[in-house]
Amino acid sequence: MQLTNRAKPVDRKPLSIAEKIYLPAVLKGMGITFSHIFKKKVTINYPEETRPFSPVFRGLHILNRDEEGRENCTACGLCAVACPAEAITMDAAERLPGEENLYREEKYAAKYEINMLRCIFCGLCEEACPKDAIYLTETFAPANYSRKSFVYGKDNLVIPHPKENPEAFAKAKGLIDERKAKANQAK
Amino acid sequence: MDMILLAVDWALVLEKTLFIGFIISISLVVAMYATYGERKIAAFIQDRLGPNRAGPFGLLQPLADGLKLFMKEEIIPTSSNKVLFILGPSLAMITAMLTSAVIPWGDKVELFGRTISLQIADVNIGILYVFGILSLGVYGIMIGAWASNNKFSLMGGLRAASQIISYELAMGISLIALLMITGSLSLGEMVKQQQEGLWNVIVQPLGFFIFLVCAFAECNRTPFDLAEAENELIGGYHAEFSSMKLGFYLFAEYINMFISSAVMATLYFGGYDIIPFYDESAWGFSTNIMALLGAAALFVKILFFIFLFMWVRWTIPRFRYDQLMNLGWKGLIPLSLFNMIVTAAVILFLKK
Repeated sequence: MQLTNRAKPVDRKPLSIAEKIYLPAVLKGMGITFSHIFKKKVTINYPEETRPFSPVFRGLHILNRDEEGRENCTACGLCAVACPAEAITMDAAERLPGEENLYREEKYAAKYEINMLRCIFCGLCEEACPKDAIYLTETFAPANYSRKSFVYGKDNLVIPHPKENPEAFAKAKGLIDERKAKANQAK
Repeated sequence: MDMILLAVDWALVLEKTLFIGFIISISLVVAMYATYGERKIAAFIQDRLGPNRAGPFGLLQPLADGLKLFMKEEIIPTSSNKVLFILGPSLAMITAMLTSAVIPWGDKVELFGRTISLQIADVNIGILYVFGILSLGVYGIMIGAWASNNKFSLMGGLRAASQIISYELAMGISLIALLMITGSLSLGEMVKQQQEGLWNVIVQPLGFFIFLVCAFAECNRTPFDLAEAENELIGGYHAEFSSMKLGFYLFAEYINMFISSAVMATLYFGGYDIIPFYDESAWGFSTNIMALLGAAALFVKILFFIFLFMWVRWTIPRFRYDQLMNLGWKGLIPLSLFNMIVTAAVILFLKK
C-alpha cells in the first residue's frame, strides 16, 4: 500500500555518453572538493578551545547556601517528588541547638543523594524547590570507574562555604545567579 | 687487475653513487611528506584540520607514523610462505625506487671541474625501462598477496594484477603516439626536444589524459584502488602485513606516486623546462643556477601531480570491478588506438 507519494522509482536507464565517459561528473566533483579546501574548518582544537555551552544547558546540581554559609535545603522532599527519574533521595533531620550557623531552618537534609546515572537533567527539581536550594550548573559528571561514584552525596553537591572558601563560592554563586537571570528573562 | 682498476673512472662512480643516494633520499623524504600531505589534503577537503599536534603544523607526523610502524610487532602468519611473504614488500619497495634511475632531474651541473648530469643513467631506451619496472611493481603486490594465504589478500592481488595488465596496454599505446612524435626512447632526449619546441601535452592532450588515467590505475590510487578496497577486502593485499612490511607497501605506493608524477612531468610537461614557449637561456644565468632552477621547476610539476592524485582520491569513489574493466578495455584502449592512428596520419600528412 502506498502511504505517501514521496517514493521515487529508481531510474535504471543506461548511462548517457556524458555519463559514460565520467569526466564531466569527475570535474564537477573535483570543483566541489577544491572549494572545500578554502572553507572554514569546523574542528575545535579541544583542550585549548572548548565549545560554548548552550544558554539553556542543564548540568550537575548544586545545593545552595545563604550569605552566612547556612544550607538552604529543608529536606521538604518536593524535588524528590518532582523528579521523574526518581534520582533524588534524602534523609531529614532536626536542627539541634548550636547548629544555627549550619542550617537556615529548623529542619535540614542529613543525607542528600542524587544518582547521576538516573538523573535526566530535566531541571524539574530546580523548579520545584521552594527554598532556593537546588540549582543546575554548567558542568557535567566526569567519567569514573564505578557506578557507586556516580551517586553524588552532600560532599559533592553543596556549594563551597562563602566564608571558608570565598573564591570557589563566588564562582559557583555566579553560575547560580546567571541561571536565575535567565529564568527571569524567560518569564 | 691493476689495469682494470685504473681504467675505471672512479670519480664517475663516486659521483653517481652520491647522486643515487641523493635521489633515493629525496624520494623517501617526498614519500614521507606525501603521507602527511595526503592526510592534510584529505582533512581540508573534508573541512577538517588534519594532523596538527606533532610539531608545528603537525610536520613531525610522518616521523611519528614511521616510529609507530617500526615499534609494531612483526607478525608472519604461520600458514604463509615465509620467503615470499618477506619478498613481497621488499620487491614493492625496490621496484618503486628503481624507476628514478632514468628520469632526468635537471640539466648538467658543473662542479669541481666536472660536468655532472642530473640523471643517474641516460639510457637510450629509458621509457621502456620505466615500463618494465612499472609492470614489475605489481609482482610485489601479487607475491605478497599470495604468500599471505588469505582469501581477501589473494583477491586483492588478483585485482591488482588484472587491473595493471588492462591499463598497461592503454598506457603503452598512448605512449606510442608520443614516441612517434619525439622519435626517441631516451627521456633526456625527450626533455631536450620539449625545451626547444612545444611541451608534449599541447601536441598530445588525449594521449596525456589516457596516460594520466592509466597512471592512477598503475599506482593503485582511487578511483582504481580495488586492490586495497579497505571496505570490501579489509586492506586487500596488505591485510596480513604488519609493522614495517606494511610500511613498505604503503611507502611504495607513495614513491610510485612520486615517480609516476615525475614521469608524467618529464614526458608531457617538459621535464625540467621552466617556462613553455620561452628560451630561458636569455636570462643569462650560469649553467649551475639554470640546472637548479630547472630541477626546481620539475619539482613544482611533480608536486602538482601529487596534489592531483590526492585531490582525485578524496573526490571520487572506487570503481566497481566490471566498471573498471569496461573503462579499461572498451574505453581507454580504443581511445588510445584512435589517438595513435590519428597521430600517425598527421605525422605522415605533414611530412608528405
